Amino acid sequence: MTDQPIDAAAAAPPQQPKGPLIYRQSVFTRLTHWVWVLALFFLLLSGLQIWNAHPALYIGQQSGFEFDNAVLRIGAENTDAGPRGYTILFGQKFDTTGVLGMSGSAARPDYVGFPGWATIPSVRDLATGRVVHFFFGWILVGTLAVWLLASLVNGHLWRDIILKPRDLRDLPRDLWAHLRFRFRHGRSYTPLQKLAYFIVLVVLLPLVILTGLAMSPTMNAGWPWLIEVFGGRQTARTLHFVAMLGLVLFFVVHIAMVLLAGPFNELRSMLTGYYRASPGTEPDTPKGRSNG
Amino acid sequence: MADLILNRRRLIGLSAAGASSLLLAGCNQFDFLARRNDPVRDFLERANQLTYSAQRALVGDQVLAREFAESEIRQGQRPNGSTDPRQNVEEYRALVESGFAGYRLRVTGLVETEKSYTLAELMNMPSRSQITRHDCVEGWSCIARWTGVPLARLLDEAGVKPAAKFVVYHCYDRLGGGLSAPEAYYESSDLIDAFHPQTICAYGLNTGPLPVENGAPVRIRIERALGYKQPKYVHTIELVESFAQYGLGQGGYWEDHGYDWYGGI
Repeated sequence: MTDQPIDAAAAAPPQQPKGPLIYRQSVFTRLTHWVWVLALFFLLLSGLQIWNAHPALYIGQQSGFEFDNAVLRIGAENTDAGPRGYTILFGQKFDTTGVLGMSGSAARPDYVGFPGWATIPSVRDLATGRVVHFFFGWILVGTLAVWLLASLVNGHLWRDIILKPRDLRDLPRDLWAHLRFRFRHGRSYTPLQKLAYFIVLVVLLPLVILTGLAMSPTMNAGWPWLIEVFGGRQTARTLHFVAMLGLVLFFVVHIAMVLLAGPFNELRSMLTGYYRASPGTEPDTPKGRSNG
Repeated sequence: MADLILNRRRLIGLSAAGASSLLLAGCNQFDFLARRNDPVRDFLERANQLTYSAQRALVGDQVLAREFAESEIRQGQRPNGSTDPRQNVEEYRALVESGFAGYRLRVTGLVETEKSYTLAELMNMPSRSQITRHDCVEGWSCIARWTGVPLARLLDEAGVKPAAKFVVYHCYDRLGGGLSAPEAYYESSDLIDAFHPQTICAYGLNTGPLPVENGAPVRIRIERALGYKQPKYVHTIELVESFAQYGLGQGGYWEDHGYDWYGGI
């Protein structure tokens, strides 16, 4: 079984007992999780479409056309070796032909920031990108509100997401265990899991929503403090992009951890709520939800 | 119990397959969303109405867009979209050559008295000057000083009839081409934006007159909306009950090409 802890397996007899099947994920956690999968997928791909309309990021209120306040710029240029795609990050220029700035087939290259396979729609279409992005933006906001309310009421936020002093103390040990791919499957999350979910749910998702709002001219008038907090509209746009990168990084690590920790058990817990915990975990009490 | 587990296994297997096809779908499976009048697109577009209602509810009708200090003007106003209608609009070319001597800004439609103003008349009226940030739908921003007559003053002089719900701004520039003939640029707003204190018929940009590339002689500034809601080369301001009869009926040139009408986000 993929979810058996390795150190226990070494010491225990071959037919070691299974841990209990416990009810771990509430219906709110599971529902919001899958809505986010859908919403973030469309938000990412439509967001890259929108970004392609002006593939550069700046610091401050405005975009420098006659001065330079860009931190990232993607484009294409003619060189002696023919057209090339480039990416300039903090003044450092990289040749990114094939992916950024210039992509598609050699016969019919596309001169776009992010390639067509990473955008919705696959061709340049800012208008449609915005339609998709704002629809799923509302879905994201609504789902986060539902999750926050449910998690406050059922204790998920305090129990599983907020790091306590004990979690902070155990963080180095948990990090070391993760680095050796030794996973403990308990009722709650490990300190590193709590930290990751805290960063996503309490930092990145609110940040991506607020920086998105800070790009709205009407909201800039209504809530002038919002844009000041982020240091100007173009900085807010840059932070929106950085938050996106953070969410993508989380996605990659998250999928890797699910695969390493036992994809069947992890997927089951996110669909049915039931999770095969490590041996020694206290089973569900008869009063609570039990595996029967 | 065995059935239950089987079902769970099936469910898990199916969802894994579904998730991976979703991830692989990035290429062009969603290109149908670009089609106008696709029912899914129509559904997604409803979110724009929600945004409009939410922003109107959250932000007071008279709340001003931020105005900046002189020192924040660090560059010229970046021109975009139509930058020289002289190329394809004979009437406009003649106007530029005459120094806009023959220019008239007309206020028509659902008004008590139709009005018409020369550029000199507009410039002799009490003006408003504001240093604001222009946010293009593409994502860039540019800070500039705009000077002009508050639109509310022109609307009050004409007398808006109670039936009027929207203002349509008709422009000289014509965009597009290819298979279809070029289309005249137009825009529209609700009366809240039209009467907003910062909504001006701008004839001045930074320290000089409004240049051709930025919309001479008159450009409407609606400061709480994106750049495509700031129509250039405006010749007629028409009060209407509905804008369905203009263009493709979506309320503006870019709206006819898929942008949202409100443009506040």
